[in-house]
Parts: sequence; C-alpha cells; structure tokens
Amino acid sequence: MEAHYWWIVGGVLFVLLNTAAGLIWLERRMLALWQDRYGPNRAGPFGILIVLADTLKLFFKEDWIPPFADKVVFVFAPAVVVASVLMAFAVVPFGPGIVVADMNIGILFFLAMTSLGVYSIVLGGWASNNKYALLGAMRGASQMISYEVFMGLTLMGTVILSGTFNLGEIVEAQKGMWYIFPQLLGFVIFFIAGIAETHRLPFDIPEAESELVAGFHSEYSGMKFGMFFIGEYLGITLISSMIVTLYFGGWLGPAFLPGVIWFVIKTFVFIMVFILLRASMPRPRYDQLMEYGWKVLFPLSLLNLLGTAAIKLIIDK
Amino acid sequence: MFSLLRSMWLVFLHMFHKRETYQYPEEKAPLPARWRGRIALTRDPDGGERCVGCYLCAAACPVDCIALQAAEAPDGRRYPGFFRINFSRCIFCGFCEEACPTYAIQLLPDFEMAEYDRQNLVYEKEDLLINSQGKYPGYNYYRVAGMAISGKEKGEAQREEPPVDVRSLLP
Repeated sequence: MEAHYWWIVGGVLFVLLNTAAGLIWLERRMLALWQDRYGPNRAGPFGILIVLADTLKLFFKEDWIPPFADKVVFVFAPAVVVASVLMAFAVVPFGPGIVVADMNIGILFFLAMTSLGVYSIVLGGWASNNKYALLGAMRGASQMISYEVFMGLTLMGTVILSGTFNLGEIVEAQKGMWYIFPQLLGFVIFFIAGIAETHRLPFDIPEAESELVAGFHSEYSGMKFGMFFIGEYLGITLISSMIVTLYFGGWLGPAFLPGVIWFVIKTFVFIMVFILLRASMPRPRYDQLMEYGWKVLFPLSLLNLLGTAAIKLIIDK
Repeated sequence: MFSLLRSMWLVFLHMFHKRETYQYPEEKAPLPARWRGRIALTRDPDGGERCVGCYLCAAACPVDCIALQAAEAPDGRRYPGFFRINFSRCIFCGFCEEACPTYAIQLLPDFEMAEYDRQNLVYEKEDLLINSQGKYPGYNYYRVAGMAISGKEKGEAQREEPPVDVRSLLP
C-alpha cells in the first residue's frame, strides 16, 4: 500500500465522522430556522458546541443493557450500521483520484453495504427482546428491503447509460451531460428510495414514536444509541453523495474550484434537502408506505429501466 | 407530488421569517395577570394577614399539597399558625385561589422557582406571605365581614347595619 492511500482512508474517515457529528447541529439549527425558532444558540458560536455537549452527555449517561436482552447481539447491532455505511463510502469518488477503493463493481458494493444496514435494525430490535422494538425492527426491515429492490433497479439506468459499474467512470461519463437530465425519473425514484433506505422522515416508519415508543432502538441508551444516531447521519451523507455521484456529475464542475469542493457543495445541497424534507413532510401510514413502494415506485423503476435500455439500443443502432 | 414540492418551498421560505423564540433568561415572556404561577399569601390594605385559616384551600387542593393550622390572635383575628405548601406536589390548578373566601391565597405570574433540592420546594409561611395585596387591592376582609374583632364591633363593618336587638321585637 502506498502512503497516500492511507492519507485518503484517514481523511475520508475523519471528514465523514465529523460531518456526521456536525449534521446533528446543522439539522437542529436548520429545523429551528424552518420552524421560526433559533435552535441551539448557547453553547459556543451559533451553538456549535452543542455537539460536544451532546457527546459528553451520551458518554456520561447510564449505558444500560436490559437483563432480558441478548447481550452480544445487543452490543453488536449499533456497530453494524456505522460500519456498513462507512464501508459503503469506500467506493464513493470524492474527487478525481480521491477514492478509497476504485472498484469495478462500485455500485454493487454500495448496494450490498446499504443492504447490510438492515441487519443492524433487525438485530437491534430482536436483541432488545421487547415487543415494541421487535415491531419497529420488522417494519424497518420490510421497508428497507422493499425500497432496496427498486433502488437497485433504478441505478441500472445510469449503468446502462455509462456502460460501467465503476462510480469513478460513471462520473467521468457525465462530462457531456449530468444524468439528472436523461434519468430524471430514475433520480426521483432513487431519491425517494434513498430516504426510505436511511429511514429518514417522512419515511421514518421504524421509529414512529407515537405508536412504537422509539421503534428498534427503544432499549438503547448512551453511546450505543449514539451509534444509531451517527449511523443515520452517515446514511444521509452517503445517499446524498451517491445522488451527486450518479445524477449530478459527482466532482465535475467549473475548473475554478477543485473537484472535491464541487463534490462537497453538491452533497451539502442534498443534505439540506433531506433536512428540509424532515421539516415539511408528514409521515405516511405503514401500509401506505409499502403500497407506494411496491405499486407505484417499483413499476416506475422497471419502466425507467426498460425505457432507458430501449432508447440506448435505438441510439446505438 | 406538486403539493409536496409546494409545502417544501413554503417551509423553506420560513427561513426568512421572524423568529418566534423568547431568548428566555435575558428576555422574559410577558405573562398575563391571571397566569397561574407561584402561590403567595397576600395582606390586606392595613398590612395584616388576609388568611383566616379556614382550611378551604387545603380542602379544595386536589393533590393535598397545602397544610396549615389555624390560630387566633388576642384581638379576635384568626390567622394561620403555620402555612405550608409543598410545591413539588403542586399542580398550579388554582383551586385554592377559587376556594379562598378572603382573597388571601393567590397565584402570581411567576414561574421561576426551580430548585436543585426537592426539600427546598416546601415553602413555609414566611416564604409564602408577601408584603402586597396581590390582585385585589383595597379588599379588607375584616372590614366587610360581620365578625366582631377588637376595634370593630358588630355592625360597624362597611355596608353593614347595626344588629337588631331581637328582644326589642318581642310583642
């Protein structure tokens, strides 16, 4: 391994974990702005030290493992979500040449790693040995698995257009035109599936605090809960950066800024859209969510795939 | 779909609206006069205690947080020997204020009574009794009641006629 490789790995880890922590502050602050409040504004300038205070609080909180829980799995589950999301970042091209693993099966690896996130929810809910947690985990798992199906299908549109699974080459292939234009439908489906995949509002069905206490993490406290929390924010960052990579030309942009900066700006915009969604959307009912996924988005993604393939064939002929 | 985008846009526009927050410790929220906050015992215009120790507030209290003991001064005025409110139980419902026949017990617009120690939430009479007439200035219970106390015989209260000597009505 070359030396600069470890710099990339360390840098990506450092930036991502700090982004996830910063997003806690950003989300609270932006939600407050959109609800005519101030949000955290006491600890440090603009309340930015609230993250530090939150982390300290999480460390000093009683880290309780219920006596009826399956202890090994209970401790293991929150680590899975963080690990799987961080693994998925390995294939994201942050800039020209700045990628942890330049794999030819990048998209497949991404899909595989996001699928692993389901384990975190199911194992966490199951190990809690609690009906609410189990119900939340079941709902979360069915939601994530359903939305994963057409998330993969809709990604194939960009694969057909670019002719590669390699995310770096997909970005390169968007030099002429970002895939948002030929793949608008695909983008919309991927975006919705991405929200469901990170179980963010409006699709935060597994949590649903009014019905299921807090869903799959009802029994979690202290830093183990913090891991689920960080995992969620990492998930937002991952889906945003994937949207940017696949549909918005990744690190491509006018040359007066380096590629990484363009990538960060575009990703940031989508993170903001995620937060804005949380501020403005009501949560659908569970059956509505599943119906929407299987009866609307799934056929649409199939149509998108077939249509893209047909048009590509016609043009190539 | 359009309505979703529209609601997102409308929420986004809230970014440029005026903030509704009161920056609390520096900027106090305006509390109306009828705000049910800290409970206090008020005094009449002469500076005497209004409370006559009738126990109606303690009886009306749904959480039984009021305890008192009535006593009588040499001049015939009744007063509470001790008066204790356990604010860790109080729900600030205001029933004591409604039950009070002498306007003595009143809920004031003040909620800043947090304590680190639960014991400190038990207020004794010297904590409750304030040097003010509260929300009903000018009301003096012993000046309108028909009860005789030293310095005021029966029939000398405001808008009260002298008592009738029932024996003079005999045929």
